[in-house]
Amino acid sequence: MNLVRGFATTFKHILEGPVTVQYPEQERPLRERFKGKHALKRYDNGLEKCIGCSLCAAACPADAIWVEAAENTDEERYSPGERYAKTYEINMLRCIFCGYCEDACPTEAIVLEHEFRLSFNDRRDAIYTKDKLIDPLPAGVEGTPRQTEPGVYTRSIPDMKNPD
Amino acid sequence: MGLTSKLGNMGVVTVKLEDAINWSRTRAMWPMLFGLACCAIEMMSTQAAVYDLSRFGMELMRPSPRQSDLMIVAGRVTRKMAPVLRQLYDQMPDPKWVISMGDCASCGGVFNNYAIVQGVDEIVPVDVYVAGCPPRPEQLIHGIMMLHERIKQERIKDWA
Repeated sequence: MNLVRGFATTFKHILEGPVTVQYPEQERPLRERFKGKHALKRYDNGLEKCIGCSLCAAACPADAIWVEAAENTDEERYSPGERYAKTYEINMLRCIFCGYCEDACPTEAIVLEHEFRLSFNDRRDAIYTKDKLIDPLPAGVEGTPRQTEPGVYTRSIPDMKNPD
Repeated sequence: MGLTSKLGNMGVVTVKLEDAINWSRTRAMWPMLFGLACCAIEMMSTQAAVYDLSRFGMELMRPSPRQSDLMIVAGRVTRKMAPVLRQLYDQMPDPKWVISMGDCASCGGVFNNYAIVQGVDEIVPVDVYVAGCPPRPEQLIHGIMMLHERIKQERIKDWA
């Protein structure tokens, strides 16, 4: 009787199709909260959200992030407030994709997105600089650095919303 | 690889020798079973039904270095394991390749301490580094495809 029950399980699977996902051609959908490659976000007016506070680097358990901040001026403005990230580097081979940087960021500038194809021929290629991480500009918006009017972008965190 | 010409009537296909060799190298590349930590779980998952590495001719994870072409270093390598890794690499027949799977094998990852080798490229020459902690099976397959692309670029005149 046990034999019949055991083979019943086997025969049940005979009629099922194969479960294999033909990966490079066909992909399984990712979960909403999947954490992949990072992106540095911009406000709708094209200014960078990152203010160079290095809290992400402090929160990173693997020490994968390196941030160097510099002062904003009204002639050369990258982000609202006093400072911006002059250098922003993430070593993708050191990052463990835990998302602590996302949690630590006060301006929601860094977000882990769904890109996961990260393989490298050389270890040096794994260090992603700011130009590789930052989001493209929204259409029809002036890029950074840009000249702005004095006294408009004085605060770095304008209530977490897009500045006018 | 490209089929350079095809003579239909006789059923003969001609191809460049290096293309044929590179093609055969990429299509039967047996990996060595070298799981060291949590990445090994993802390596097993890559081997299992859903991702099925045998689609690329890699169904056999050889536990013996003499029969393997590719070493997937899956996991952190301790200083004590390092001589073993090197010896297994030396026992593999040429041509041989190494994939460093995951953060710990590639550069130490979170384990920045005296017990862990900070990247297996201190010990063996690594061809492809796969990021992720641990990498998804898709990421490992992407790394393997990248290695295949690299092998297809190899030329006979460069063989030493």
